[in-house]
Amino acid sequence: MSTTYLETFPWWIALPAAFFMVVGSTLALLGTIGLWQLKSFYDRLHAPTLVSSWGAAAILIGSVLLFSWGGSRLVIHELVIGVFLLVTTPITLMMVGRAALYRDRVAGSRELPEHLHLHEPAPPEAAPAAALPERKAD
Amino acid sequence: MTTGLILWLALTWAQIALALAACFSCLRLFKGPRAQDRVIGLDTLYFCAMLMLVVTGARLGTPFFYEASMVVGVVGFVATVTAAKFLIRGEVIE
Repeated sequence: MSTTYLETFPWWIALPAAFFMVVGSTLALLGTIGLWQLKSFYDRLHAPTLVSSWGAAAILIGSVLLFSWGGSRLVIHELVIGVFLLVTTPITLMMVGRAALYRDRVAGSRELPEHLHLHEPAPPEAAPAAALPERKAD
Repeated sequence: MTTGLILWLALTWAQIALALAACFSCLRLFKGPRAQDRVIGLDTLYFCAMLMLVVTGARLGTPFFYEASMVVGVVGFVATVTAAKFLIRGEVIE
């Protein structure tokens, strides 16, 4: 493949952009390897945050550097994607985590630690006040 | 070794690594023992596709990949939230 377009960048743009691109894509690769390898769902929930935090941020910074030289002005519209990822990633992971917690409680899964299970209601001859023990923190 | 070659190598490595990352998240998407694993795999696959579009746009120097990556990001967010809500309630719109 021709490198003529890439030859137009001076070294003080090309080297930081190359560094950020390599760092971001390697972090994305590591995050998905963790997603593939980790054993429990609650471990796997943490691995893709590597992709969405510094993986995406470094790639977007490198893209901002390259486009700013190419357009001979400061091009920061990539940062819109960065801010969007920063806002939406906690929301999606919280929703998926709550869904998994709910499903594990219903199914009585053994992946869930003991104190996170909902306890069975007390038998009817017990006092009604103690029918449902207080739930531990989520 | 010119800086253009270094930048070429870095962008090629970025594309290869993101393709491998998409393959790993596809493995989790197909293998995932339960539905929530598949949702996480799909979310990560959306992220990898979006970053791949950003890297390709930076390599070719065209601004047209930016809108595509933006749309992929928004659709990925909506898809993941909808799937998570479906896993909790069994329906999306009540």
